[in-house]
Amino acid sequence: MNEQATIKRKASDYKSEVKPVWCPGCGDYHVLLALTRMLAASGTPPEDVAVISGIGCSSRIPAYTNCYGFHGVHGRALALGTGLKIARPDLTVLVMSGDGDGFSIGGNHFLHACRRNVDLTYVVMDNQVYGMTKGQPSPTTDPEWDSALAPGGTGIRPFHPLVIALASGANFVARAFSGQPNETARILHEAVMHPGFSFVQVLSPCVTFRPEQAEWKSQVHPAPVEPTDDPARAARRIMTDDGFNIGILYRGDRPVLTARATRDPAPVETLERSFAT
Amino acid sequence: MTETVEDRTDIAADIESVPELLAHALRIEEDAEERYLSLAEQMETHHNNEIARLFRWFAGHEAEHAQEIRERMACMPLPDIKPWDYKWQGAESPEAVDYAEVRYTISVREALELALAAEKRAFDFFGRIAAVAKDPEMRRWAAEFAEEEAEHVRLVEKEIARLGPEAPAPVEDPDPPNEPL
Repeated sequence: MNEQATIKRKASDYKSEVKPVWCPGCGDYHVLLALTRMLAASGTPPEDVAVISGIGCSSRIPAYTNCYGFHGVHGRALALGTGLKIARPDLTVLVMSGDGDGFSIGGNHFLHACRRNVDLTYVVMDNQVYGMTKGQPSPTTDPEWDSALAPGGTGIRPFHPLVIALASGANFVARAFSGQPNETARILHEAVMHPGFSFVQVLSPCVTFRPEQAEWKSQVHPAPVEPTDDPARAARRIMTDDGFNIGILYRGDRPVLTARATRDPAPVETLERSFAT
Repeated sequence: MTETVEDRTDIAADIESVPELLAHALRIEEDAEERYLSLAEQMETHHNNEIARLFRWFAGHEAEHAQEIRERMACMPLPDIKPWDYKWQGAESPEAVDYAEVRYTISVREALELALAAEKRAFDFFGRIAAVAKDPEMRRWAAEFAEEEAEHVRLVEKEIARLGPEAPAPVEDPDPPNEPL
């Protein structure tokens, strides 16, 4: 994203006329606010930004911006975003998802998007539940979470998205909290400006099915250490933290994947001959 | 978080000039207006029209205050501050009602109490600067803003008092949370 300071834009310039239908109290309102504040601060024109999503509460977000957007199929937001960025490298591509869409249905895309390191930003609004479909446990749900739909809890080890991102090659890894929209805007700005695949996990409480997440507000704290460029060190820190460290945790310098060809393609006739029996 | 004398000094020391203070004052009103409009839309979406009207009323007031500040500082260039570089004590500007505190079943009293808390935070913000800023011009501006916020506090308190001592009947929630079956 090229910062364009000459035109002063407001966060409201990036909002559409569509009214969000999230539950009042949902953390995703703050994420939308952080996103639009970040874009306004960067000055990037809305028509130079694409917001891509999958399915779920959080994935409604493209409709609430007046950037270009694509509300895609479940779990496939990263495939859409990757294709778009390869075809239109001039655009700022933000892929927005939730923990179910991003880590379960879209889990495989997540791994390979990290590995490819295309220059886009992946934001996952993590509330540790499938809110849209009435509260089923998601990949990041605590195994002990007892609910009507999972009596006694799932007993399944939670997915650890930040470590998975590091191990798979993401070039920027951060954690944010929706209740800190200005700090989240700063982290998103850093993520967008960093070359390559940037992954930001935003803790975004679900007031309806996980009301206890209101406590996150008092549990989050700034990461006590500076970001590192050593993925092993970053992984150790993340694996041993309390899950509430907020900030940029890793900045890498892997080469960014683009659509450039390393050599001219073979003529069609050559390919036809190779398939001839 | 326990507030300390050091906190009070820090916030005044961080805001270093009258233009910076005015930029913060304007941001406070703009954020509050934006937040009330957003909350009003949420209430309309969830058919709580009484509260939607109340939030729109507050948004209108905040818009007026923002406009007054803009007019008064028309000749004064303000610094361009990124959202994350404002010097708030909390996560957001003080007069913005926290999204996380609002539910679609919210009552008039609860909505007014949220507004009251927001006005008190704004009063506190300016009051701290007025108390410890070294620049007399900054102190004068901050004291003036604090007095305006104090007036808003009195206004909201008066509205709450008009509701009477009786707590309203709980609002029926046709789609109660955390009961998926």
